[in-house]
Amino acid sequence: MAEGEKYRKERLDRGIKARSDTIYVLASSRDLLYLLMPRALPVALLILLPILLHGTYWEKVLFYSCIFGLLALSWDFMNSVGLVSLGQALFFGAGAYFAGALNHYLGWPIFLTIPAGTIGGALICTALLVPVVRLRGVYFSIVTLILPLLFAHLIETLEILGGTHGLLSLSAYPSGWIAIYLAVGALLLALFGFRKILDEDFGMILRGIRDDDRVVMAAGVNIYWYKAQSIFLAAAVGSFAGALMTHYYQFVGRSVLALDYTILPLAAVVLGGPGSFAGAALGSFILVPLSEALRAMGGLRMALYGLILIGALAALPEGIFHYLQRRYHQFERMVKV
Amino acid sequence: MTEDVILEVRRLTKTFGGIMAVCDVSLEVRRGEFVGIIGPNGSGKTTLINLITGFVKPTSGKVLYKGQDITGKPPYEIACLGIARTFQMARTLHKLPAFKNLIVPLCSPRVRKFRGGKYGERDDIAIDILDDLGFERDSFVPYKIAGTLPHGYLKRLDLARCIALRPELLILDELFSGMAMSEVAATLPMLEKFHREGLTIIMVEHRLRELFRVANRVMVMNFGQKIADGPPQKVMEMEEVQKAYLGTEVEE
Repeated sequence: MAEGEKYRKERLDRGIKARSDTIYVLASSRDLLYLLMPRALPVALLILLPILLHGTYWEKVLFYSCIFGLLALSWDFMNSVGLVSLGQALFFGAGAYFAGALNHYLGWPIFLTIPAGTIGGALICTALLVPVVRLRGVYFSIVTLILPLLFAHLIETLEILGGTHGLLSLSAYPSGWIAIYLAVGALLLALFGFRKILDEDFGMILRGIRDDDRVVMAAGVNIYWYKAQSIFLAAAVGSFAGALMTHYYQFVGRSVLALDYTILPLAAVVLGGPGSFAGAALGSFILVPLSEALRAMGGLRMALYGLILIGALAALPEGIFHYLQRRYHQFERMVKV
Repeated sequence: MTEDVILEVRRLTKTFGGIMAVCDVSLEVRRGEFVGIIGPNGSGKTTLINLITGFVKPTSGKVLYKGQDITGKPPYEIACLGIARTFQMARTLHKLPAFKNLIVPLCSPRVRKFRGGKYGERDDIAIDILDDLGFERDSFVPYKIAGTLPHGYLKRLDLARCIALRPELLILDELFSGMAMSEVAATLPMLEKFHREGLTIIMVEHRLRELFRVANRVMVMNFGQKIADGPPQKVMEMEEVQKAYLGTEVEE
């Protein structure tokens, strides 16, 4: 650049015949690939990873990433309806205990406890949160934060559901492949399912409630009914993750209601970028392996983990996914002012 | 009470703490009327609308719609009965494309009752409604994100949301405020058209010249009370109204 001349950055959309939410006019296979690859590549990678990592320690990390990915998706879905949750642990714990109890007390097999835990856990969570859907913003968040802690204390003091010891020696998966592919499959289903829901008319109402719930009410739509439905969907995804994890550990205890299952998914969404679901999944696939890789650091692990998280947020406040998406769809060049 | 009274407000009162926002207001609107509500700022016009549409619960009094008591019902139920309202500050769903704003009323139980409509079909209906209200389809205005549209469009988008609900009673809260003269001139005939087609309209407005062109009755409010009700010319001749609305002359 010559001295004295000022330049500024200009962003331009990459040339493609048509790119919009509703219109698909594709000119060539190149355009088709351009739109398809960002979706197809991660899906293919996720399906292949269990095979590549089979038998290694990282297989377990992949499983955890999927579990936290599910919780992050569940958070992102509630957030897109304007419900800021601080209680993903409630969903996780409800599913985990529901499946664990059915298996431990009634002897139900895995292929029944997981669906039952998903539906049952989601119903319990919805019933608990429906009375407070009228609360907005931080008031709703506080209730979701308290509920899992409340249940952890109830289990401890009343010594129900195994009390402090938890429920031990639950059924294991017949094969490790089932567990890992259930997790991967559920993650993909939730990811693309939530994206699809938010693009449909039903999703327009949900996004509308987030934008301005009074407008939605003035348009004759019962916002509380729609909020309850979204809580059920989000809770089902969280409960499924819980039920899956219960049988993976063959144990369920108060730790499933711990703050970890609230904070880590939230950090994953913020790191990956909220609102797109892909960001939530991406965030968990960065944070969980990162926290494992830092295990060698010993005591400094959590401190370093925190520093990396803060650094990433400061550098890319929009979220990694939105940054990547922008770089993919636009190119930058310098133009003279 | 005759059968063609569509809305009856009976001695409605609302206090916020010690402040009387609306005080003992009664109003009868017959089907097919075009009623204007005027009054100085803070005289309780918007609160009256909020009370009728269920956004604020009254301290005392009753609202009857087609003879049915709707006092204290939630806003979405009242909207589904056929009372649509716009907001003073043009509230829209600003992150959605303009036409997707109309998907919400088109999904409401009220509109579903009239016609089925699948995903995609509603988009066409929404764009048709917007095109009629001056969102030029050919220049892709309905597809733009609502938050990026100029203020005048937002006001009309608010109106379009009401029209999509197929209301029987339309309540407009300062629709023209913040609109350019050309936009007002374009919107006024639309309102006249809706009125001719049988829609009952209540309009809160500060732009009196435009209001008096279309309204056949005007109610004046001041300090939460109704101080006059009648044909526009007669009402404006009343000394009390001139005092409240235009202010008293300053003695020199």
